[in-house]
Amino acid sequence: MKHAQALHVALSLLRPDFALEVELHLPAHGITVLFGPSGSGKTTLLRCVAGLEQATGVVSLAGDLWQDSRRKVFKPTWQREIGYVFQEASLFEHMDVRKNLEFGLRRVPRSANRHSLDAAVELLGIGHLLARSVASLSGGERQRVAIARSLATQPKLLLLDEPLASLDIARRREVLPWLERLHAELRIPILYVTHSVDELARLADHVVMLENGSAKACGPVMESMASQDVAAAIGDEAGIVASGTIVARDDGDHMAQIRFDGGTVWGRDQGLGIGQSVRLRILARDVSLSLSAQDVSTIQNRLQGLIESIGIDAHPSQALVRVRCGDAVILSRVTHRALKQLGLKAGSPVWCQVKSVALIV
Amino acid sequence: MNPAVTAEAWQAIVLTLQLATLSSLLLLLIATPLAWWLSQTRSGWRTPIGALVTLPLVLPPTVLGFYILVLLGPHGWIGQWTQAVGWGVLSFSFTGLLIGSVIFSLPFAVQPIQYAFEAIGRRPMEVAATLRARPLDAFFSVALPLAKPGILTATVLCFAHTVGEFGVVLMIGGNIPGKTRVVSTQIYGHVEAMEYAQAHWLAAAMLAFSFAVLVALSRLKKRSDRVLP
Repeated sequence: MKHAQALHVALSLLRPDFALEVELHLPAHGITVLFGPSGSGKTTLLRCVAGLEQATGVVSLAGDLWQDSRRKVFKPTWQREIGYVFQEASLFEHMDVRKNLEFGLRRVPRSANRHSLDAAVELLGIGHLLARSVASLSGGERQRVAIARSLATQPKLLLLDEPLASLDIARRREVLPWLERLHAELRIPILYVTHSVDELARLADHVVMLENGSAKACGPVMESMASQDVAAAIGDEAGIVASGTIVARDDGDHMAQIRFDGGTVWGRDQGLGIGQSVRLRILARDVSLSLSAQDVSTIQNRLQGLIESIGIDAHPSQALVRVRCGDAVILSRVTHRALKQLGLKAGSPVWCQVKSVALIV
Repeated sequence: MNPAVTAEAWQAIVLTLQLATLSSLLLLLIATPLAWWLSQTRSGWRTPIGALVTLPLVLPPTVLGFYILVLLGPHGWIGQWTQAVGWGVLSFSFTGLLIGSVIFSLPFAVQPIQYAFEAIGRRPMEVAATLRARPLDAFFSVALPLAKPGILTATVLCFAHTVGEFGVVLMIGGNIPGKTRVVSTQIYGHVEAMEYAQAHWLAAAMLAFSFAVLVALSRLKKRSDRVLP
């Protein structure tokens, strides 16, 4: 069976003011980000998968059927092997950190396995908090404890509902590296709800774009971010995400050179060694197009390519241009007037001038 | 003081405490599930049942006492049933008094517990479910401990309210020494008989008791505020 190892979700939920209608086959590994504006149904979809809302349809994970309305199967939430992290940490206030962590552990059959708790505590770096009361924790610490608590039950699917949304920017920076660590070390599928493009670009392997309760796009993050539909929906922060490797460093100027499918670019040195793999992000608004490489400007990165297609953008004056550079696609946001003046159309050779490249570890 | 009067007073006090303790215990057992249901249900019965539970709060005790008396009496539905199963007639008995007290204090037990459950919200129960807790398990391990301040408040209120009731006691129990004569009806009896000294003694004790209960309640509230921010 093609999707036997994966998460299959085919759900519909009708509310007086809202309708959810999605069919998704999601991969068995990595983070799938459910992305979309508020009110698009991201959280509702996540709650349906958890069984916290009763939608009609099918949910199955790795061949394990959780619900199927035609066969009158509906496993309640407590029988689904999930970990769920709510937007606000929702720790039990009448228990200390250790009791919170052990709550789920004591309720799973293989409870002799204390290893899973120790592993979760180590993974989230909360060993020093175990004896503390919940009230004394900071927002970031609470969220890390909540994530560890959900992992202690050794779930087969982790559901994260905007885990950073209730935190201020400093706390987000504190928690984000732990999420990246989860991403690198967990071998279970993760569904991650967010409306933050930054979290999407950093964490996603796959993305599902939700709009008004239905999935507008679904696919691997690097392809999806380069597609004009997704880019137009993301708006100002649209841009490509690619994986690359550090190939050189210029310690005098504090720059690092990264090779990716589209060529090599220079970015800010973040202390990473040569050979280390990174994720890089190039915003469409930071890419301008030129007919020659010989522009005298402060631009450091120039990539040669062919225009693949020109798509419409949110504002009528602007266009989203897909440029194929090597094996990668770069997105550029320019005005229709500039395209006309330079005579650019699909198939034209151009130089992409990249003003800035963000490295995501 | 006449030793017989003192013995009578003690008898009334002991009976009052027995009645208050038993009604509080019964009320907790009845009110907790009822409050949980009222706090969770979306059923159409919620409003009428909620009103029914609150009714003793607004009805004059004499009206309540009258209906309970009629029901428990030899010709009432309950009275006929209790006679049929061999328990006899419950009006003018301690059991009758207990039934009356429980009904009379029901809103004082249900409301604080219901508010406590409502204040917790659905989220902690959802969290418990995602951590593999069955609904009953989640109720005992999460909802009940989180509602503890409300349950304590309800217990103290029910106890104090039962100690202070008068109208219902007089209607259902009459004023039979050692059986249904509690402190409040004892005071009434003393005043009727112009025994002001004895009335003073008991009335002052009731005053001190009620004051202590209110102080204890506010302490309880402050402490639980500290525990649950």
